[in-house]
Amino acid sequence: MTKWNYKGIKAKDLPKGAVIPEGGTAADYETGGWRTKHPVLDKEKCINCLFCYAFCPDSSVIVENGKVVGFDLKHCKGCGICAFECPKDAINMEDE
Amino acid sequence: MARVEAITGNVAVAEAMRAVEPDVIGVYPITPQTIIVEAYAEYVAQGEVGTEFVAAESEHSAMSICVGAAAAGARTMTCTSSQGLALMWEELYIAAGLRLPIVMFDVNRSLSAPINIHCDHSDTMGARDSGWIQIFSENAQEAYDNFIQAVRIAEHPDVMLPVMVMMDGFVISHSIQRVELLDEDKVKKFVGEWKPDYPLLDADHPVTWGSFDGLGGFYFEYKKEQYDALQRAKDVSQEVAKEYAKLSGREYGLFEKYKMDDAEVAIVAAGSTAGTAKTVVDTYRQNGIKAGLIKIRLYRPFPAEEMVEALSGLKAAAVLDRSPGYDVLGGPIFQDIQSALYQSGTSVPLVNYIYGLGGRDVLVSHIEKAYEDILNVAKTGKVDKKVDYLGLKE
Ligand code: SF4
Ligand code: SF4
Repeated sequence: MTKWNYKGIKAKDLPKGAVIPEGGTAADYETGGWRTKHPVLDKEKCINCLFCYAFCPDSSVIVENGKVVGFDLKHCKGCGICAFECPKDAINMEDE
Repeated sequence: MARVEAITGNVAVAEAMRAVEPDVIGVYPITPQTIIVEAYAEYVAQGEVGTEFVAAESEHSAMSICVGAAAAGARTMTCTSSQGLALMWEELYIAAGLRLPIVMFDVNRSLSAPINIHCDHSDTMGARDSGWIQIFSENAQEAYDNFIQAVRIAEHPDVMLPVMVMMDGFVISHSIQRVELLDEDKVKKFVGEWKPDYPLLDADHPVTWGSFDGLGGFYFEYKKEQYDALQRAKDVSQEVAKEYAKLSGREYGLFEKYKMDDAEVAIVAAGSTAGTAKTVVDTYRQNGIKAGLIKIRLYRPFPAEEMVEALSGLKAAAVLDRSPGYDVLGGPIFQDIQSALYQSGTSVPLVNYIYGLGGRDVLVSHIEKAYEDILNVAKTGKVDKKVDYLGLKE
């Protein structure tokens, strides 16, 4: 949780011009609820080119030690871009 | 030492810009404002200023550039006219809502159709409720002075709103007048260094500008605060004016009262017409008739209480609007004043004249006609025609 808490703030303390005065606050905004399909990784097919990681608009492809290990489903909104861009068809979009 | 020069209104504005030397200018040329842009582009080309001068492909882009630059933390300026201001429509509201202290000069010109490049106030009247502060100037000197003061008003922490300063197209923008220019280092000291609260380019303190307010957000509260800030601009404009008077010897009020102390009838006008009206007032005064004039300066926020005070006690008044009012209630200045009077319970017989549209010459005889009419109203107490026209061809 970032310091900036929009929910608890009083109107008089709002920064001028609706500025959000801190970085990284999108982490608190869970877009996972928008999803109708979620990505499922086929580790057999994946070559860890990390195209999916680079293309994901929500930074929701989790990479550890240079390898895709899964998806952050609190923020993945199921757009399917990762599956579309994967050169190995290693990501399948499955219904929620 | 201040220099006195014979220059056009446009060059006076370019001189004010050069003295302030903003960080960024995002701009697109349009008649009758083009000369300002051209003059400033030359200062940039000659290396006289360090401004980042961005020539846009349209006014929509020009104002978008200004919004981005101001959010980035740059002191930002632009200028436009007529259709150009109309094309900025979307970003005008964004600039005000984001509380960006952009300073813009608008050389007043009519709006199409039919195409007409000459003066009236319809362009900025269309933007009168966009959340911008608006300041009218009568002549080149006032355009210069108002533009410099606008920087301080816009950037004042109690205000933080964009300001547009206006002068009449061609009548002022293209005619050579006597203008006293201040020392540029004095102007720079007067405006000071701009230190924004949340500059987007400060990588050590990342911030977000222009984000989605959410469904249960604070849009309403932000708008209320924006309204309050706009109202605060009234007092701030007067603080700034006092300080500017020390620097220049010229002091500016919310509006100018000309021979109003014992006036029985008065005209309210904005822009260069006020100059013509002053000579008419002088003639009436020579003949023992107690005529006066109120010249609009700060138009948004509208100084309603002060205006009511200035008008109360008059036997009749005429409000001159250089833009068409398309509803039945008359032109915009007239509606503001009529509402202000009504709200305060003050009754002054009031008539409205629409005049000078599309650069129609404003003659002494037109102004005299308005005074003759209100002198008649003062006598009879009867207003025959609430909204009328001056200088219309047969
Ligand atoms: S794009 Fe496909 S192959 Fe490349 S890392 Fe992602 S899942 Fe693996
Ligand atoms: S579906 Fe979209 S949001 Fe989810 S991981 Fe793939 S690219 Fe990212």
